[in-house]
Amino acid sequence: MIENKSQEEQGIKGNSRRDFLKKSSVITAIALTPAAAVKASDLKLDERFSDALEQQSLSIEINGQQHELKVEPRLTLLDLLRERLKLTGTKKGCDQGQCGACTVHIDGVRTNSCLTLAIMHDGAKITTIEGLSNGTRLHPMQEAFIKHDGFQCGYCTPGQIMSAVACINEGHANSETEIREFMSGNICRCGAYANIVNAIQEVKAGGKI
Amino acid sequence: MAKKYLDNADMARAISRVDGRAKVMGAAKYAAEVQLPDLTYAVLVESSIGQGTITSLDTKKAEWAPGVISVISHLNTPGVPEYKLENQDVIQKQLRVFDDANIYFNGQPIAVVIADTLERAQYGASLVKATYKKENHLTNLESNLSRAAVPKKAKADPKGFTSDFIRGKAGAYKDAAVQVEEEYIQPSEVHHPMELHSIIANWEAADKLTLVDKTQGSQQTAASISKSFQLPVENVKVLATYVGGAFGSALRVWPHEIVAILAAKKVQKPVKLVLSRNQMSYMVGYRPHTLQKVALGASKDGKLVGISHESYGKTSMYEEFTENVLQMTRMMYDVPNIDTKYRIVPLNVSTPAPMRGPGEATGSFALECAMDELSYKLNIDPVELRLINYAAEDPDKKMAWSSNYLKECYRLGAEKIGWNKRKAEAGTVQDGEWKVGYGVATGTFGAFRSAATVKATYKADGSLLLQSAIADIGPGTATAMTAIAAENLGIPPEKIVFQLGNSTFPKAPMQGGSNSLATVGSATVAVCTNLKVELAKLAAQQKSGWNNAVPDHVKISGADLVNSDETSAKVSLASLFSQSGQLEMVISGSAAQGDEKNKYSFYSYSVHFIEAHVHELTGVVRIKNAVSVVDCGTVVSPKTARSQLMGGIVGGIGMALMEEAVIDDRTGRTVNASFGDYHVPVNADIPQMEMLFVNERDEHLNPMGSKGLGEVVIIGVAPAVANAVYNATGIRVRHLPITPDKLI
Repeated sequence: MIENKSQEEQGIKGNSRRDFLKKSSVITAIALTPAAAVKASDLKLDERFSDALEQQSLSIEINGQQHELKVEPRLTLLDLLRERLKLTGTKKGCDQGQCGACTVHIDGVRTNSCLTLAIMHDGAKITTIEGLSNGTRLHPMQEAFIKHDGFQCGYCTPGQIMSAVACINEGHANSETEIREFMSGNICRCGAYANIVNAIQEVKAGGKI
Repeated sequence: MAKKYLDNADMARAISRVDGRAKVMGAAKYAAEVQLPDLTYAVLVESSIGQGTITSLDTKKAEWAPGVISVISHLNTPGVPEYKLENQDVIQKQLRVFDDANIYFNGQPIAVVIADTLERAQYGASLVKATYKKENHLTNLESNLSRAAVPKKAKADPKGFTSDFIRGKAGAYKDAAVQVEEEYIQPSEVHHPMELHSIIANWEAADKLTLVDKTQGSQQTAASISKSFQLPVENVKVLATYVGGAFGSALRVWPHEIVAILAAKKVQKPVKLVLSRNQMSYMVGYRPHTLQKVALGASKDGKLVGISHESYGKTSMYEEFTENVLQMTRMMYDVPNIDTKYRIVPLNVSTPAPMRGPGEATGSFALECAMDELSYKLNIDPVELRLINYAAEDPDKKMAWSSNYLKECYRLGAEKIGWNKRKAEAGTVQDGEWKVGYGVATGTFGAFRSAATVKATYKADGSLLLQSAIADIGPGTATAMTAIAAENLGIPPEKIVFQLGNSTFPKAPMQGGSNSLATVGSATVAVCTNLKVELAKLAAQQKSGWNNAVPDHVKISGADLVNSDETSAKVSLASLFSQSGQLEMVISGSAAQGDEKNKYSFYSYSVHFIEAHVHELTGVVRIKNAVSVVDCGTVVSPKTARSQLMGGIVGGIGMALMEEAVIDDRTGRTVNASFGDYHVPVNADIPQMEMLFVNERDEHLNPMGSKGLGEVVIIGVAPAVANAVYNATGIRVRHLPITPDKLI
């Protein structure tokens, strides 16, 4: 669980932050010298400095594969997955943590990947929808979503499935009412909710996860 | 008699969604997910005033920001060739992107920043600063009713649905023994499909454009863009392989699509533009805020004497938007006297768009609530009142219905919800702290078909590839077409692949107005028939018994072609392919509307029954049960059809209880432009429901016996909820949504 980890384990590394401040002050020094500032500005030097220096190291495991990356601190985990690593199974539905389409598992915990920065997860293990199935063999929840038609357009589906798996693992799938409550962070505009609940109940009863 | 209707249990036997595997694995690629080399990112800058002109635009800081490639605005746009043409459509005039400094609504795109990464484009966009000459804006519908105008469309087409209409005598309700006269308000409602509107624009040559786009019509988008950029239509390719919902928001080309194309032209690289959830609230249409005045008059025995119905909907300052709010009033009930009036009010807002059940959903809220109010005044059961006024033929067109199983819908639905538990007196049933009520309402939507072609490639390995340009925004078009072809040919569904969402595929209409199944399904039947005729011709060269083979009696059975009229004439498919000397057979089939619409009146019907519980202290409404019965002709794909009906009920519950886009009239800006503030139903809001289909053939529209489904499923849901809430509480809410503050 994230809250039980040290700062180091969570990827908020003290030296990285210090490095950034030090580098920032170099840029500030350049900017404070009037002549140099004008020249630096013309050449976009400050921008080039920050561009080069703001790339942070990130070591992250995604679907069992280790990635050693350089990323900007402002890059969200969602945009890292979708735009950098081309793992587009995780969806962007609002980019504000309000729809659940971007749900992934971070060290087993369901999380809105749009609401968290990639660099906060140095050393973490991420599972996305692409990592849920075992090769071409679908996860029982994926099978159940097909059987019960737990979607129409399919855009919220990866987030729903990641959330549904976590919902059972958390022990929040003991009744229809409980499932409905604990699946309410994932919006489905096509309105497949009742089918989603049926799929989760079947997987829970099957005891396969 | 064996049960013919389909219920929840029947879905288990139906085929599952053919694209289900791709969707549950995250392998389905939606518009923003297609990979292109050298891709750049575009982010829009919006106006912060509602009316006026841009006096200055400072783009320097943005241009200097790292990674920014270009900033485009009205000051340096490459231009849209269509804007320079004479004789443009003055009614459907689109917002002219970056054409001048004029601002018509708050949130209008005024510039775009293109950069090498999304973060850099977003930051760059935050650095663009505009100053304005601000003028007074108008955004409130109710306080601007004096600006209501007859649509230009009505003047151009006096017999069209937006023109003033009278059947019998105007205002006849005033002479009736029992009257209801009320105003009903539908606020603006936003489509908010889960997939953000996205486009990737790529100029492959100076006159050749490829778009990966969220659209409900690949060929219609290609045609519209080719007109805007004055390109041969065959030089514009549009791909929409997967569309993450739309509900009407992707029925036309919007400004952001033009922006992406301009940007790609400027930077000479592919450009991806994805709207934010906030921008989705005011850049890609919405169901327009509409005020309706409805008056019903009836005799004491419940027979309707007259209906007067007026509608006032908002539109933008630059474009006229109209929808079919009043049609249901004209045809639903057997009424001798009807008069309707349709007006629009231009305001400083973006142009609305058809939203699921366009017009009719708004109209049915007023009409079906008024019918409920009338039932209480008459002390006649609301189902009975509708049966008393059942129209045996279309009173509007004076034609026979092609098929109409409304009475069966009422009967089935009433039985399944337990309508006999409803008390005729409102506010009398209590369950602990909850007040309990039942409501009913009817929906209807015209059924029609247009022209389409489907191409088939039948291979010696027994696989069949079918192709059509139609987009699938979620209903499961490929699944339904696969079911049709499998049934028609005898090929197992898993051997069939139906490809769609590509403008270079054979002709298809937009996915909208519930005509995909009727139209593309007919073409699928046609291509299957053509294929069987060709196979039978080959077979006739081998064996007797095939010369006059009836296509309907020819089937593929395992590795053979069989003729049920000549059982001994069976030939192996392998022998037919080797005889033809080809490894595959390529064949097309087309279908189009005939003269059926001159003979019959075509409508689908839905009847919705709702059980609502209203908390007596907090005013919270919970939907405890919903039963909907639909007459959409033959159901081709029961599992996906059931989900479509379920989605319609859920959309209707949102419309009834929570959805309202609010504009702050002081700034002209939408204040609840996010899922945090604009509420849509979530899982906890939706109970298990019963979805039923009458499943009786319509003999006149198409070979499948189907009508339309996607629109009719939402029409009538909101009034059913409002009527149930009244039955529970005795409080009549005529201004949607029915939020707790209106009940305490």
